[in-house]
Amino acid sequence: MKELSLHILDIVQNSVKAGASEIEIDINEDILKNLLEIDITDNGCGMSEEFLKTVKDPFSTTRTTRKVGMGISLFEAAAVQCGGYLEIESEQGNGTSLKVFFEYDNIDRAPLGNMAETMITVIMGAPDINYVYKHRKAGKEFVFVADDIKNALGGVPIDSPEILNWVKEYISEGLENAGINM
Amino acid sequence: MKSLAELQQLRDKISKQVDLRKDRENGIRIVVGMATCGIAAGARPVMNAFLNEVSKRGLSDVTVTQTGCIGMCRLEPIVEVFMPGEEKVTYVHMNEEKVARIVAEHIINKQPVAEYTVGAVQE
Ligand SMILES: Nc1ncnc2c1ncn2[C@@H]1O[C@H](COP(=O)(O)OP(=O)(O)OP(=O)(O)O)[C@@H](O)[C@H]1O
Ligand SMILES: [Mg+2]
Repeated sequence: MKELSLHILDIVQNSVKAGASEIEIDINEDILKNLLEIDITDNGCGMSEEFLKTVKDPFSTTRTTRKVGMGISLFEAAAVQCGGYLEIESEQGNGTSLKVFFEYDNIDRAPLGNMAETMITVIMGAPDINYVYKHRKAGKEFVFVADDIKNALGGVPIDSPEILNWVKEYISEGLENAGINM
Repeated sequence: MKSLAELQQLRDKISKQVDLRKDRENGIRIVVGMATCGIAAGARPVMNAFLNEVSKRGLSDVTVTQTGCIGMCRLEPIVEVFMPGEEKVTYVHMNEEKVARIVAEHIINKQPVAEYTVGAVQE
């Protein structure tokens, strides 16, 4: 995939399928350590120890529409091609946490891309979930909490097109103000 | 600068305009495939383009939603359009340019764009 934000979108779909009610996306751009870290944590159904052992293999999937599950293996490949790696922890009944590390300045590292579009896309796919998105860079931080938006909206659905477009701009602006340019 | 106060103004405007829930229940549904196969093929910009068109034109009876993999990965991005009382129309190999035409001709003028449909590809 061309952007890391597309992998994030895809991995969040796994958390949605796992029945999570809260999904946190943490991005840390640590330029001094030459490190980019992306963590995606959910409180969904988790995986058994046995399944977890083979989950990075494209042939482990619980999907029924095709025999391969590509999401995690593609994200891992994107990290490995630039000197990074991917870790998964999961506990059945409690949730899953996936951490991916990249060499920040590696020329083979895909750009982060458009996180605002990724966020409104996941909100649209499953609007009831509380998405928390934290993005740090050079001592500055941007934090987005979907439930704060829903509270401000009263009864108006967060997935109305006009609201989603507003949220997209809100996130882009917030990132820009924190000095995070995509 | 966008603030939650501004969001509340937008909320008040929207809730006055329309009976949102009723519109959404009886309306048109645009469903974009958003599994790995769809995302890799470009489903995210397609979905965002639909959202922009629907919002820009104020089509309050149209909802844009997502589905997973429907088993035709080669044809992604795939978009299904459900109109009340009509058969489902499936568009394949979608991109942003096709979106504007589908909204104008199919969503608004009720004439599906035959050349973009799965039928046109499989013939
Ligand atoms: N957050 C999660 N919680 C619980 N199970 C998960 C989670 N993420 C992945 N899994 C399990 O691991 C499998 C493999 O995930 P992966 O994303 O690689 O492929 P997939 O989702 O099956 O298919 P694809 O991503 O290609 O659409 C899934 O089918 C699911 O059973
Ligand atoms: Mg997946």
